[in-house]
Parts: sequence; C-alpha cells; structure tokens
Amino acid sequence: MPGYKNLSIRQKQIVWAWAFLAVPVVFYVVIRFYPTGSAFVTSFQEWNLLGTRAWTGLENYEKLWNDPVFWKVFRNTFAYLIIGTPFSLVISFVIAYHLDKTRFMHGFLRMLYFLPFMTSAVAMAWIWRWFYQPVPVGLFNNFLASLGIPQIEFLNSTTNALPSILAPAVWAGLGFQVIIFMAGLRAIPVTYYEAAKIDGVGWWTVLTRITLPLLKPTIVFIVVFSSIGFLRIFDHVFNMTTNNPGGPLNSTKPLVLMIYETAFSDFDMGYAAAQTVVLFTILLVVSLLQLWLLRGDATK
Amino acid sequence: MFKLLRRTALGGMTALASLIGSSAMAVEIEYWQYFFDARVDAMEQLIEKFEAANPDITVKMTHFPYADYRTKVAAAIPAGEGPDVVQLFYGWLNDYIEADLIQPLPTDVFDPARIDEEFFPMVQAMKRDDAYYALPTAVRSLALFYNTRLFDEAGIEAPPATLDELVETAKKLTKLDGAGNITQVGITTGMTAQDHHWWREVLVRQFGGEPYNDDYKTVNYTDDAGLAALNFYVGLEKDHKVTKSGFMDEPQAAFKGNRAGMHIDGSFRIGSLNKVRGLKWAVAELPAGPDGTKSNYSSYWVNGITTKATGEKYDAALKFLDYLTSDEAMQVWLDVVGELPAKPSVGMIDANSTHETYGPFIKGLAYANTTKFANESAQRQAMVDMVGRIDIEGQDPAESLAAAASEEQKILDDYYK
Repeated sequence: MPGYKNLSIRQKQIVWAWAFLAVPVVFYVVIRFYPTGSAFVTSFQEWNLLGTRAWTGLENYEKLWNDPVFWKVFRNTFAYLIIGTPFSLVISFVIAYHLDKTRFMHGFLRMLYFLPFMTSAVAMAWIWRWFYQPVPVGLFNNFLASLGIPQIEFLNSTTNALPSILAPAVWAGLGFQVIIFMAGLRAIPVTYYEAAKIDGVGWWTVLTRITLPLLKPTIVFIVVFSSIGFLRIFDHVFNMTTNNPGGPLNSTKPLVLMIYETAFSDFDMGYAAAQTVVLFTILLVVSLLQLWLLRGDATK
Repeated sequence: MFKLLRRTALGGMTALASLIGSSAMAVEIEYWQYFFDARVDAMEQLIEKFEAANPDITVKMTHFPYADYRTKVAAAIPAGEGPDVVQLFYGWLNDYIEADLIQPLPTDVFDPARIDEEFFPMVQAMKRDDAYYALPTAVRSLALFYNTRLFDEAGIEAPPATLDELVETAKKLTKLDGAGNITQVGITTGMTAQDHHWWREVLVRQFGGEPYNDDYKTVNYTDDAGLAALNFYVGLEKDHKVTKSGFMDEPQAAFKGNRAGMHIDGSFRIGSLNKVRGLKWAVAELPAGPDGTKSNYSSYWVNGITTKATGEKYDAALKFLDYLTSDEAMQVWLDVVGELPAKPSVGMIDANSTHETYGPFIKGLAYANTTKFANESAQRQAMVDMVGRIDIEGQDPAESLAAAASEEQKILDDYYK
C-alpha cells in the first residue's frame, strides 16, 4: 500500500480508527437500520409474505386509525405502563430500602429477589397461568374454595385479566429494580446521614429530604427502563393466553401481540409494519423524554 | 441413530457422486413438513419404503415448528432454496398458487377424472381449471371421545346418539364440590379448540341452517337456525351447567386428566390420547341433530410440487408424490398418525370402517363438510369472541351472533375483494 505510507500519523490514526469502527457500523447498518427502514417502506405496501408487494399509500394507517381493536390495544398498552410502572417502582423501592438496612442473610435475600428476573418468562407465565385456573387445578381458587369463598375469574374476565397478567410481569422485573435501587442507595454519601443524625432529624425527613432527592437519577433510570419494558410486554400475555391470544375479547392484548398476530397469523405484513411504526414512535417519544429528563438532572 | 448414519452416508455418497461428475442417476429431493411427532415418524417410514423401491432417489425431510412453517416456506422457495415437495394446509392453496409457489400436477400422471373418482369428494377443492395442484395422504374428521371409566361409574350404557341424549348424558357425568364449583365436566367446551368447527359445520346444519352461501364467501348463520345452534351451545354451560369454558385450561387437558366425560375432537388427537396412562376412552360418531341430521367437519393437509422442482428433480418429485397418495402410504399414515385415508378404497375397507377407534371418524367422512377458510385463525377468533361476549359480558345471543357474522363477513370480503 504505497498510499498508506505517504499519510501523516494523524491520517493513519483516522484510517485505523475507521477500520475498527467499520465492524460495528456495518453490523448496525445491516442488522438494525436496514430492517427498520424496510419496515417503514413495508408500512406503505400490501404484502401477504407470499406474493408480490403492492403500493397502497397511507391505506394501512387509515385502516389502523379506523380499527376499534387498535384503539383497544392502545389503551391496554398504556394500562400496562400506567399500572405497572408505579407499582413496580414503589414495591422495589420499599424492598431495597429495607433490604439495605438488613444485615441478616443479606446476600441470600438479595439472591431470592433477583431469582425471578433470571427465570424464563415463558416458564413463569405458564406457572402463573395454572395458578389462576378455576377449581380443581388453580392454586388460588382452590385456596379460596377451601375457605368457602366464591371463585375469582382471574383470566376469563375482561376486568381482572389485565392486572392478573401484569402481576407476574411486575414480580419478574422486581429483582433487577431492587438491585439498581440498592446501588443507588449505597452511592449516597454517609456524611449526609451523619449530619442528619447530629441534628436529630426523624427518619421520614431523612427519607424525603435526603434519600429520595439524591436517588433521582436512579428513579429516572428505573422509570424509563420499566416503561419501555411495559410498553413492549409480550411474553407474559402471549403465554398466559395462548388459546385466545390477548383475550378474552382483546382485553389483555398489547400492541406487540397485535403486531405479531397481524404479521404471523393474518400474514398482513404491510398492516403489521404500520403498527410497528406506531410502536416505534411511542418508544421514541418515551426515549426523548428520558434524554430530556436526564439532561435536566445533569445541569442541576 | 443408524438410520441417521445411513442417511448421512447416503447423502455424502450422493454429493460425492455429483462432484466427480459420474453418470450415476442419483437425485436428491427435499421434502418439508411442520413438526408433529407422529407425522415425522410416519414420513420417515414412507421415505424408507420409497427409497427402497427407487434406489436412485433420496428424499431429505426437513421439519419446522408449526409457528414458523409458513414463513420459512415463503422465504425459501422464491429464493430457489427449500423443498421440492411441500406439505400445506388445504386452506392455503389459493395463496400458494397466487404466489407461484406450487405448480399444477401433470394430468398424465395425476388424471383429474381418476382422482375425482378415487378420493373423497372434499378433495376436489384442490382442483383449479381441470388440474389438481395438491393431494392429501390423509384427511381428518371430528368425533365424540368419551371416558369409559366415568361412563361405567355413572352407569351409562352407550354414548349419546342425539343432541338431547348428549345433554342428559352430560348431566349424569357432571360433578360439583360442596360450594357448587364444577370439578368434573360432562362435556368439554371451548371455541378455541375444535368447537368452532362443531358449531359451524355441524350444529348450524343440524338446526336446519346452512352456515355459508356462495362457496363460503357469504356468512349465512344469522337466521333462526344459527341462533338455535348458538343457544344450544352456550346453553350447555348456562342452562344445563354441564360444562365450563376454560375448565382445566384446555378441553383436551380436562379429558386427559379424567375430569371430563365427553370431548369433541379431531382424529389427530388419537395418537396423543393413546400415550396417556390410566385413561380409558372410546370414540363415537357425533350426535345427530333434532331431526336426525348428521354432519361433520373435515380438513386435511396436502402435498404439492413447488415451482423450484425442475428437470430430474421434478420427475423424482412426481414419483414421490405418487407414492404419498398411494393406498400403501395411506395405510401407513393411518396406523402411525391416526389420520384417515383420503380414498374410500382404503378407508372403507372393513378393517378400517368398523375399527373401534377409526370407524366413527371414517363414517363421519361420508357426511362431512369442509369449510373454505379465508383466514382460519381470524374466523375462529370471531367465534371465540361471540361466545365470550355472551359468557363474560352477558350480551344477548342474537346480538352477539350478528356481531360475529359481520366480523367474519369483513374477513371474507377483505380476502375475496
């Protein structure tokens, strides 16, 4: 390579930098950007996966706007987010707060809380699905029946099904959030607490004036992280309702499951792509909100 | 293991032969089907027999989980990869022809007139412009499975022959706990399983209706017959209290667990029920309607030759397909998978039609109807939601029926537009 020899050191460094950067760049372009772009293009087409593609303009989006199932699914998706995020946030904080103060079997307890996070969501969803069954197989209903309390329709109900599915999803994510919260708690300098002690401040004031404000970056991270998780919920719903996916009567169907069904059981790829673009937009807005919140925090 | 070794060795030899350009006639064709234990097992036996009779042809079978099957086929064939002979569901034929994935079968080998005569009439749905595109090895129909131990326990002599008897028998088989919760159902229900076929093609017809018009392009069950059929179906749970939808999660699970007296299911369930220890069961024809009408639903998987197969692979594929639709292959499929022969000449021989397990299914074929689905899962969902609205939201059955009909009509209109 005669050309390479004539380069200055600075230019050589740039060549090498790009040589190494090329690997992730190519990876991202081929594995991330190309399919994303392709999904955008497909959303303006009609395609059943087997035949040729036909351009349809905005027809898929029009169909989406006029589809009552989509709006139902849209509400469900945000129900998962709005119920799931605060619940998991409060529970994981309470656990982390107390676990942080516990010395007895601290490591073992922490492991127990983290275990569900490492368990396969599919296996977990099926176990909970059986817990929720009516008599004679369901654990919860057998318990209720043995006390003489009427059975509760957990999954076969349009009102109870969504919270019933959300419960194991929250539980599964708890371990991770507890660990992050504990790391956040440990990062708060002990000197603040010592100063508070000298001043004789009560625990409530310590919590609200020292702990929570200093945990803000941790809280923001967990909120954003779990929000994206709940917006993309799929495994738990799909596995707990496989016979009637997202049912009963679409009451538990999240957007990702609707996309999956449109694409791989109706084979309406264009319509599925249009739904994907909508999901992408929602996630983008949430992520931008995250950036905005984090920047606000950094300048403080 | 030996089989695998042998096949690998054979495959290796074939590859070697083509590499050194010898004049060996060996040709390898590929066969694809979805994964289901018994089907793969049966196909392995058929391939072995076929290869023994045609030493110059090897058949390589590939199978995928059902969920990925259609996607993989669609991606592979246009790319020049994938199968020469492919298995597909009868309802997918239009899509496969339109997408140019399969080719018509040559009329000199697969004479349409001969096939019309030899196969059960519902197979004619595979014919377009006087040529067949695909043919089944086996067909399936529905029947009433019943738990003989629970029947004995309740002192019931014979399976129900009519719908009225069905209700009476189910009442005797239902058990409740002290709080009134059902712990054993008389008959399983659930539109998510096979009941949507039972309702559509059997109950609606038995109450005097015709579920669809215009070659399955127009929904026609919103009349009194459809409503009567729906009322009968939801009445099993609401009025007679002999069942509970979602009992033990899945109907077949309740039946396998000795917690259900009766269960309507397809012939493909035979194999898995045979494996359940401690379960004693038998099969009867579906109960007849109030005026004695009998009906059944039949569906089938077919094998076709893809557009990828040309030249000597095409000739080999023809031979293989011819073998798959032979009487011998049908008998193997019946014995291994439990699916019924697609030709009366095999199905109606005494050993099969009076067989205590297969007999009721084979008799059902004689009066079976085959729904031409535009999108089976979406059309099933309409039925699931129809019953769900009545069960969970307490909607009036007539309203729910009308809503289901308009939903299903929309699916059909979108497909046939």
